[in-house]
Amino acid sequence: MNAKCKARLARWSVYAGAAFTIIVLASIVGYILFKGIPNLTPQLFAWKYNTENVSLMPALINTLLMTALSLLIAVPLGIGAAIYLTEYARRGNRLVKLVRITAETLSGIPSIIYGLFGSLFFVVALKIGLSLLSGALTLAIMILPLIMRTTEEALLAVPDDYREGSFGLGAGRLRTTFKVVLPSAISGILSGVILGIGRIVGETAALIYTAGTVPEVATSLFDSTRTLSVHMYAISSEGLYIDQSYATAVVLLVIVAGINALSACVAKQIGRKNHGEV
Amino acid sequence: MRTFKEWMAKIVFLCAACVSILAVALICVFLFANGMPGMIKIGVWNFLSGTRWKPGNNIYGILPMILGSVYVTAGALVIGVPAGLLTAIFLSKFASPRSIRLLRPAVNLLAGIPSVVYGFFGLVVIVPMIRQLFGGSGSSLLTACILLGMMILPTIITVSESALNAVPQSYYEGALALGATHERAVFRVMLPAARSGVMAGIILGIGRAIGEAMAVMMVAGNRAVIPSSLVKGVRTLTSNIVMEMGYAADLHREALIATAVVLFVFILIINLLFSIIKRKAKL
Repeated sequence: MNAKCKARLARWSVYAGAAFTIIVLASIVGYILFKGIPNLTPQLFAWKYNTENVSLMPALINTLLMTALSLLIAVPLGIGAAIYLTEYARRGNRLVKLVRITAETLSGIPSIIYGLFGSLFFVVALKIGLSLLSGALTLAIMILPLIMRTTEEALLAVPDDYREGSFGLGAGRLRTTFKVVLPSAISGILSGVILGIGRIVGETAALIYTAGTVPEVATSLFDSTRTLSVHMYAISSEGLYIDQSYATAVVLLVIVAGINALSACVAKQIGRKNHGEV
Repeated sequence: MRTFKEWMAKIVFLCAACVSILAVALICVFLFANGMPGMIKIGVWNFLSGTRWKPGNNIYGILPMILGSVYVTAGALVIGVPAGLLTAIFLSKFASPRSIRLLRPAVNLLAGIPSVVYGFFGLVVIVPMIRQLFGGSGSSLLTACILLGMMILPTIITVSESALNAVPQSYYEGALALGATHERAVFRVMLPAARSGVMAGIILGIGRAIGEAMAVMMVAGNRAVIPSSLVKGVRTLTSNIVMEMGYAADLHREALIATAVVLFVFILIINLLFSIIKRKAKL
């Protein structure tokens, strides 16, 4: 084979690889939308779930509750940890290294292990039971490293001049952090939070044995609930509600696409700020 | 007053930072404390090398599940790595700005699709396809490999692309100056230079594939025996836990937690490899 032939082969295989990726996505999204959209009936959005309408509304509301509660726990912790790592800790501190290693470990643990741990620790040992709270605590640990890492990156990107200026004006470290550093890092932090929301919405394995599968809106922190992904799993594995499963998948896809669009929007804003006037 | 406030704030942030240490410690303690007694009762070697899993007869051997996880992951790599790597090369070195604008959101969307949706897609599309082509039930090792191969694509693409982008442009220019074509420069110079970054992406993909539970469970057939061919059902460590945890009690439950311990050790090894290679690649 001569050089020209080889080059052409290389080029075509690269195109084929990219085409494969596009085809994978297009076939998943296309097939689900094609089969699901006709099944998006009004009764699927009824306020109460029963075996006839297989409504996804309670699960959708639970997803919102679960997301809000998990973020409420994980975001302050993640931001606090990132602030400690970037603003307070000395470089080369042993504790910092340990925090980094454990955060990296946490981000590699599969969701089923989180689910099992949540059921052993929150549900059984702490006696919280299968509940919204157990699920949210489990998910909070799961997304903590993500929030921590993105916040840390955002804080590190804030130029040191800002801090020095603030110190020079007589502000303490705490005031500098909250009035100067955090506000300039807000879009970076936001993009981490959005990624976290995406993970929460898509999560199933970590929730089955921590939050349970009750298809009703949770009225207290200690009610067992199912989120939309768990709902999707439950109805598709029963095999009776294939049509409704397609429709539920459409709703999930729309949510995920929305989250992605939002995060792209925020990322664009960060880019603009970095290139524009400082 | 102000120094007190500063001091308090520092303590609060320090505590937040320690949460991840606490979480890892708790996860280790609870998994090992609940899993090890069962594993010891069964016998560690019997548990790891036993080829039969019959909770009804108190026989717990997880070799089929260990091999299941390994086979499924290997198959996913066979499909996901070439496609993902080529897509990364395309994105980094071949694509026009317009195709990047199309492809990048596509990759992000692939990464964001929940695993149940992947599993459901596998169930309604890939399973019937395999059934038609090869007979049998269609829920098989091959089905799981194809589906997981799709699922690890975004991981491999993202990490490999940033590895390729991190290679200094001067390498490429040097290759061109020596008379290499664009393709040759990319494949013979840029790609080898990005080797460790690409490896890191592959290892991250292995971690995702071995830890995936729901999607695999929905399409793999879940028979707890060592699969004799590509189109036979297979059960992974993850699906073993998800399937039986709901009703298991006593030794059965302990055996399932011990399964999670084995999975956890696998993951720790993969994480360790990843961080070593990542340091080498300076990603």
